[in-house]
Amino acid sequence: MKWFLVFLLVAATTAGDVFRSMGMKHHGEIDDFRPGAIGKALGLLVKNRYVIISTLAMAVSFFSFIKLVAIAPMSFAVPMSAATFIPETILARVLLKETVNWQRWTGALLIAAGVVFISQ
Amino acid sequence: MPATSRDANLRFRTRLFTAIVVLSNVAGNSLLTHGMQKLGDPGNTPLALIGALFHPFVAAGVALLIVWTLSHMALLSWADLSYVMPVTAIGYVLTAFSGRFILGEEISVYRWTGIGLITLGVMLVSRTNPVSAGESPR
Repeated sequence: MKWFLVFLLVAATTAGDVFRSMGMKHHGEIDDFRPGAIGKALGLLVKNRYVIISTLAMAVSFFSFIKLVAIAPMSFAVPMSAATFIPETILARVLLKETVNWQRWTGALLIAAGVVFISQ
Repeated sequence: MPATSRDANLRFRTRLFTAIVVLSNVAGNSLLTHGMQKLGDPGNTPLALIGALFHPFVAAGVALLIVWTLSHMALLSWADLSYVMPVTAIGYVLTAFSGRFILGEEISVYRWTGIGLITLGVMLVSRTNPVSAGESPR
């Protein structure tokens, strides 16, 4: 059960982050933080299909997480979610067409390795 | 806005939102975990999980995770996912520390090594430009 929840958490978080990034780039840069402008941006974002898919994936991720922390220590559950770093970096390069240089790849690998150690 | 002024503004905004994302996530997760551990296993039904949201610590954790969601969305509106994701990973280190010092959980030598590797990875990625080279912030 614990490892099934970890799998569900990683898959849903990866999908959630990638679709969220896609949706926000589609929306455009948010640089006006006055209440009216934030309200207007939220009004547009609730209709953004990428943001909707991301929110659904994040809901699955959230409920997997609260179920996981109920049966495992936080210092196991939270670092486990960092296993998303490799698939998210690959998808950022392939789907989002981001420039992923050696520092970002190395950083993602170091963090993924860190997750292996931190979950021991 | 001149390019250098815009770059400085972008860097400042990226750092500010990274801090908000990290702190709201760490505090939200800690409160949520504390609440869930006080509550015990809520069961597997969706109603039982939704019912758990009314526990005060869980509710406070959820409120902070809403702040996290909104600030994360704003950050991703201009910064790359391959930048945001690793840089905000410093939250895992803060979470491990809060697990140790607030919840009294043990941190083994392996976990300290993991904390070191994650910190190194975050430092490396934080030296890159938040927006893909050759592209202006969208």
